[in-house]
Parts: sequence; structure tokens; C-alpha cells
Amino acid sequence: MTTAFKERNLLAVIGDEDTITGLLLAGIGHVERGKKNFLVVDSKTQVSAIEAAFQEYTERKDIAILLINQHIAEKIRPTVDKYQQAFPALLEIPSKDHPYDPAKDSILKRVQKLFGD
Amino acid sequence: MSGTGARENVFPTRMALTNIKLRLKGAQTGHSLLAKKRDALTTRFRAILRKVDEAKRKMGRVMQLASFSLAEVTYATGDISYLVQEQAKSASFRVKAKQENVSGVVLPAFEVDRVPGSDFNLTGLGRGGQQVLRSKEVYAKAVETLVELASLQTAFMILDEVIRATNRRVNAIEHVVIPRLENTIKYINSELDEMDREEFFRLKKIQGKKKRDAGKADAEKEAQDARNYAQQGAGTVPQAEEVAETGESSDLLGTKDEDVIF
Repeated sequence: MTTAFKERNLLAVIGDEDTITGLLLAGIGHVERGKKNFLVVDSKTQVSAIEAAFQEYTERKDIAILLINQHIAEKIRPTVDKYQQAFPALLEIPSKDHPYDPAKDSILKRVQKLFGD
Repeated sequence: MSGTGARENVFPTRMALTNIKLRLKGAQTGHSLLAKKRDALTTRFRAILRKVDEAKRKMGRVMQLASFSLAEVTYATGDISYLVQEQAKSASFRVKAKQENVSGVVLPAFEVDRVPGSDFNLTGLGRGGQQVLRSKEVYAKAVETLVELASLQTAFMILDEVIRATNRRVNAIEHVVIPRLENTIKYINSELDEMDREEFFRLKKIQGKKKRDAGKADAEKEAQDARNYAQQGAGTVPQAEEVAETGESSDLLGTKDEDVIF
């Protein structure tokens, strides 16, 4: 379970253009052999493409944290909710046009459940 | 018989009893240790839970600030997103994982690991360089918050799983292993008691028989003596002869006894 997290040192993003731009400005972008660690999602992006990117980033061995915009996570909510692994850590982040809603976050849902009972 | 219910499949001997008692002691020690571990983990878990909740809310504010600064950049320089995306080559903002040990559970914690110097040679961004730089800093701060949150969250996930496993073990020992061993001990004890009683009864029985035999042998000897005496007295005492006759007929060895089993 906790094996080989030493090699994980990259961040990956699935997000809208502004989020990606900002995060790339911070310097998280990494392109290796034509494979990017970020996916720009706009209104024309297919859900299947998002799913594929999600799968790819969660299976890659060098990614420690996967950031995903919350409104994009909404589109693939079943996949996101099913995701239970510790690595990479999945983080839902707010975007510019979509304010953060803690009630939708899959982790916070579990937190609420644990506090509830 | 006591000791009904599930029990170990052992022969009821004294050695097995000692073994089972040792195992019961081991199980009880293990149970208390695991319960302690669970308590320690739960304490940790509660603390992390609270922090996760806090950090998630903080993240909302930080990301909002970052978005504003990016909007400033866009206002000053125009759309730079394409340029930035094309410039991305190698990550200068990475994370490093270190580990922390909470009662035997390895929790990873991410640390920001920034490669100094800018690999972004944003040539072509003639205007609004200051805004770009500021936005860069703001976003770096935001990502630091995110990394912190991510390590909290990972710890949360791992702790959750470990606590569940520990709970399962504690419950299994408490409700399955310990009752089973206790039942076994009861069973062995009752069997041993039963054997003791049997043995006692047997000893009593043998003792009774021996006493009877001894009494008879005595009687016979007396009769023999009497006979000898009579013979010496040349048949002057016929009564003694008769006594000897009756003693002979009640000889135990001659008659068959129903409850002699050995």
C-alpha cells in the first residue's frame, strides 16, 4: 500500500484553462516524451477523454498528487467516488467560475459521515 | 456438560490445558495491545479529520485569490495560457515524500520541493512582467496549500483503512478467539474432573474388593487352623469340621461375581 511513494514527486492536473495556466505558472508542468501531466478541459472535451486522463494519471507511478477541478470531477463523479487509493492523493480544487462546494467533495463526504456517527 | 459452543480440537489432557491457558494469556495481551493501538490511531485520526476540514475551506479562499491574480495578468498582458502551456517542459515544483510513524503505521507526508531558478523563460511577455511574477508567487503559495492538504488527506485515507483493520482484529479476538479458548479450557477442565471422579470410584471399588478378599483369606486360614487342630485332637471336635465346610462354600474365587470387570 505505501510502497514506492518515494519516487512519486510530480503533481498532475485536470482542469479548465485558467486553473492549468495558473498552476503551470507555479511550475508544476512536466512534459516527458510528449506526455503531459496536465489536461485542459473545456466545454468541448468529451467525458471519455476526462475519464481516460483520470485513469492514466492515477495509474502513473511518478505522480504524487492529482488535482482536479471540482466541476470536472462532477462529470466523472462515479469514477472519482470509486477511487479509494492513497496514492496518488486525489484533490478536488475550486475553479474560477465554479466556487468550491464542500458538500460535493468525495473526501469531505466521508469526513462528514465519520463525524456524523 | 459445560464448555459447549465452539472450541479448539484438542485432547483433554493436562498438557493441552497448559498450552491453551498460555494461548489465552497471549490473546488477552494481544487484545489489550491492539486496543491501545486503536485508541492511539483514533486520536490521531480525529486530529487529522479536523485539519482536513479546515484546510479544505482554506483552499477555497486561496484558490480564489490566485484566480484574481491570474485575471490581473490576463488584463495586463492578454491571454498567456497558450504560451505557458507550450513552455512547460520539466517541473520545477515537485513534492518530496517523507514518512512519519504513528504506532507502527507509516504515514507519508508530502513536502514542497522547489527547484530554484525559473525554467520559464517567458520571453515574449514584454508587458506585465510584474503581474506575471506576482501571479506566479501567488499560485506557488496556493499549490503549497494544496500539497499540505494532499498529505493530510493521504494520511486520512491510510489511517482510515488501518483503523478499520485494527478494529476487525480487536473484535475478532474479543468475540471469537477468546471465547473459543475459554470454552476449550472449560471443556478440558470438565473432562479432567470427570476422569478424576472415575479414578476415585475405581480406587474405592478396588479397595472394597481387596478388603473382602483379605477378610475371606483370614476366615479360611482360621478354618484351616481349626481343622489342623481338630486333626491333632483326633476328631474329637466335629463342630470345627462343619464350620470349615461352610467357610469353604462361601469362597469368592469359586463363585462368579457379576461386577468384576478386571
